[in-house]
Amino acid sequence: MNKNGKDKKDLKVVGKPFRKVDARQKCTGQTKFADDIVLPRMLFAKLLRSHEPHALIKSIDTSKAEALPGVYAVITGKDLPTPYGILPVSQDEHGLCQDRVRFIGDPVAAVAAADEDTAFEAMNLIEVVYEKLNTISTIEEAVMIDEPRIQEYGDSGNVHKKVHLEFGDLDEGFKEADLIREDIFFYEGNTHLPMEQHAAVAHFDPDHKLTLWSSTQTPHYVHRALAKVLGLPAAHVRVIATPNGGGFGGKSDPFNHEVAVCKLSMMTGRPVKITLTREEVFYCHRGRHPVLMKIKTGVRRDGAITAMDFQSFLDGGAYGSYGVASTFYTGALQTVTYDVPRYRFRGVRTFTNKPPCGPKRGHGTPQPRFGMEIQLDKIAEELHLDPAEMRLRHLVAPDTVTANYLRVGSMGLGKCIEKIVEGSDWKNKHRKLPYGKGVGLACSSYICGAGLPIYWNSLPHSGVQLGLDRQGGVRVQCGSTDIGQGSDSVLAYVVAEVLGIDPFDIRVVTADTDLTPVDLGSYSSRVTLMTGNAALQAAERARELLAIAVAEKLSVPADNLSFAERRVFDVENPETGVTFAEAVVLAEAKFGTIGTVGSYVPPRAPGRFKGAGVGPSPAYSYSAAIAEVDVDPETGMVVVERIWIGHDIGQSINPMLVMGQVEGGVYMGLGEALMEEMSYRTNRNVVHKFPSLLEYKSPTTLEMCDVVTYLVEDADPNGPFGAKEVGQGPLLPVMPAVANAVYDAVGVRIDEVPITPEKVLTALRDKARGKEARFGPKSIPHVEWPEPLKVATPAEGGDGREMPRVAVHS
Amino acid sequence: MTETKRQKAHIEFTLNGETVEVAFAPHKTLLEVLREDLNLMGTKHGCELGECGTCAVLVDGRSVLSCLALGLDMEDRRVETIEGMSVGSELHPLQQTFADLGAAQCGYCTPGFLLVAKELLAANAEPTRDEIKEALSGNLCRCTGYIKIYEAVELAAARMRGEELELPRESVYGRE
Repeated sequence: MNKNGKDKKDLKVVGKPFRKVDARQKCTGQTKFADDIVLPRMLFAKLLRSHEPHALIKSIDTSKAEALPGVYAVITGKDLPTPYGILPVSQDEHGLCQDRVRFIGDPVAAVAAADEDTAFEAMNLIEVVYEKLNTISTIEEAVMIDEPRIQEYGDSGNVHKKVHLEFGDLDEGFKEADLIREDIFFYEGNTHLPMEQHAAVAHFDPDHKLTLWSSTQTPHYVHRALAKVLGLPAAHVRVIATPNGGGFGGKSDPFNHEVAVCKLSMMTGRPVKITLTREEVFYCHRGRHPVLMKIKTGVRRDGAITAMDFQSFLDGGAYGSYGVASTFYTGALQTVTYDVPRYRFRGVRTFTNKPPCGPKRGHGTPQPRFGMEIQLDKIAEELHLDPAEMRLRHLVAPDTVTANYLRVGSMGLGKCIEKIVEGSDWKNKHRKLPYGKGVGLACSSYICGAGLPIYWNSLPHSGVQLGLDRQGGVRVQCGSTDIGQGSDSVLAYVVAEVLGIDPFDIRVVTADTDLTPVDLGSYSSRVTLMTGNAALQAAERARELLAIAVAEKLSVPADNLSFAERRVFDVENPETGVTFAEAVVLAEAKFGTIGTVGSYVPPRAPGRFKGAGVGPSPAYSYSAAIAEVDVDPETGMVVVERIWIGHDIGQSINPMLVMGQVEGGVYMGLGEALMEEMSYRTNRNVVHKFPSLLEYKSPTTLEMCDVVTYLVEDADPNGPFGAKEVGQGPLLPVMPAVANAVYDAVGVRIDEVPITPEKVLTALRDKARGKEARFGPKSIPHVEWPEPLKVATPAEGGDGREMPRVAVHS
Repeated sequence: MTETKRQKAHIEFTLNGETVEVAFAPHKTLLEVLREDLNLMGTKHGCELGECGTCAVLVDGRSVLSCLALGLDMEDRRVETIEGMSVGSELHPLQQTFADLGAAQCGYCTPGFLLVAKELLAANAEPTRDEIKEALSGNLCRCTGYIKIYEAVELAAARMRGEELELPRESVYGRE
């Protein structure tokens, strides 16, 4: 039995490979993306972006641009003085820069003109005088050099945020260890690279109400930011998220261009559109933070972890974005896969003169997972243990609370490991393949929705409204945003399952702040679980109304009624029943117009300490992967031939879409493992090396590996029908699995991504010369850490609160 | 350029089987002419530099990156876009299998993939997996990992050859 009281075998829609509700539109070119919107009298906007990485704006002369025929408005920072930012703690952005620019690509002015060419020409007529400032271009520089400060807030100098959390007695833990390893890793930053460039259209109408259509993953947060920045009542602002042509986290912040087109539309009274160029998309970024890590782990002879001490150093770029959350995420999920009884996390996020980093698929967790899973591979080797067996032996048990107060519910990682070990013939391959060939294994976990919203409130995270009309039509409205993952379809599948109708009978209306109840957005893998639960509740309420009315009509107890195949009937006498449309008529006659609502609030997390807000989730998904590689020792080229991946999905709402997410996650992980990197010429103005699709290398069909997928269904009590996430989790084990496989193939450790041929060759050469057979960072910068916030673990009898700080007397 | 009077080019070509006449600024690419002057929004732009394949259309049956082709060069040519792929309300077998197998996730790169796949199947009714990869190697997709796309092309090819095939079980449910 699952949450909905149905046996799995009775499910008619859930668990079946229906096509997506919007699949045919997408395959006929009829989906309307933001850039496909054309309104009468529409103007086009361009942003003038800084070519200086760090400078004061001494003056901006817009007169020539304004004088150009066809130009309707030119704005600068003074027109948009109110700050905003995705997190309440870092309201450090403006629609346009105020008095300084902080990275190449920071926007300083915007124009609206009759057409795109004129807007471009006008943009180039704007004259900006800059006074250059010294730049900060690396993590090391940022922690060492306090002036000039890139931001005027933060913990100190160019340090944005420092965190120090300690769970349990670490010294005791390390004393119990038979082996202690300390390793340093580096994870280079990379970007989302959605195929659709961000686009937005604003229309300020004659009633002085504003509508923004935008390719955003978070219309609710954009709605809040616009009301604040533009000084409009929120009730007069409408944000419609158009279907996103890929997001991956890159369309989760409110952006300058969204603010600018709204302001330009308010000034001109005409619709204004902007579509970013591909180069500009690189400057918007908000992608994977570059993270330097040091991990100290103690283990017993059998591989049981006794303590882990984790340090991370993040290069945040020039603004806050989601960075405080990202910082905590680099230290949060280490504990939910294998038992980590005592755990310490120290993290620091720095400001540098680069495009801001933020959330990319896996948000802050792929970097630590990369380091941790490689370190475990090294530990297994030192202890002469099989890496798969070692992991299997120490899995976190289901229904436990970890040392850092994360409540794990269902836990299907063991099954995932077993499936891939068998499927890949691991035991006959690992440490047994000829030189140049190798296999590597890694595991991971991801949240199914952040336990807390981005701004503090006690409201639902997701809401659904259902309308039933007497023709038998059903309309489901929800603020969730389809970014390609199929969230519109999930709503239809869940409602169809409960009401016994076909998912294609349902009209789905989503992502419109005027028409749909709030859903917080498509981030943190929250949508299937949260909107699914909200839809489930709304549909069950509707079914109850229909059942009462039909029961009365048929003189059958309501509990005896079944909803299936567009009918409502007596389970004991299936011929006794009415059509679904007749059931709606009966209910409408009895109760009036039929509409129901559902909403979802995650369960309260057990942690009560400051910082306990990042990491808790209603459920955790699990993944395990084995990569098989072919490494050419002459060229250093790594070819990943195949990846076996097991993913614990809880229950597939639609297995085909789950498969697509797994394969897409593996693909994106492969790109991060082998080639993708945001890299800058730090000695030449911190200019991005290659802001283009050609030179920012990402896997084509020729680099993509084969993928063998196993879906493990370990239903979670908090998921709708038991469902967990799949949008982000399966990316996580790929990078460490590839790195471990490279070691198995040629005996060198590549402790950073991307694993490029140069790095492999360098390590092989070092090995040949008798040096360390490793490529990777060798040191970490010195940081003065704040006093730890100490929390006793559940095993130590802790209650999830910070322990009283004891004054030390000399 | 605003001071000189802009002269529009004026050409005629075959678009999705119909003769069209269109006037546009002569520097415009085929992509811009299709989207801005003919209101066919199914052709997407991903980079405008010929790097991603998102804007691919068929010109005289051959795939062309519409962001690199001048509209002017289309005079008397035969252009096919995603809007011309289905016949009436009947989807092309490739559109059908892309939809049914989830080969379109966000759907942004899908029109380009579909047209290049159509070109492939016109030349090779039974392509191997490697031939499919080779043919599609100029198109980037960030969502699918390409695997559902290969499977959709294979299934459509089989159906176009008259073979009655169901969706492959392993690609829909994973391996047992």
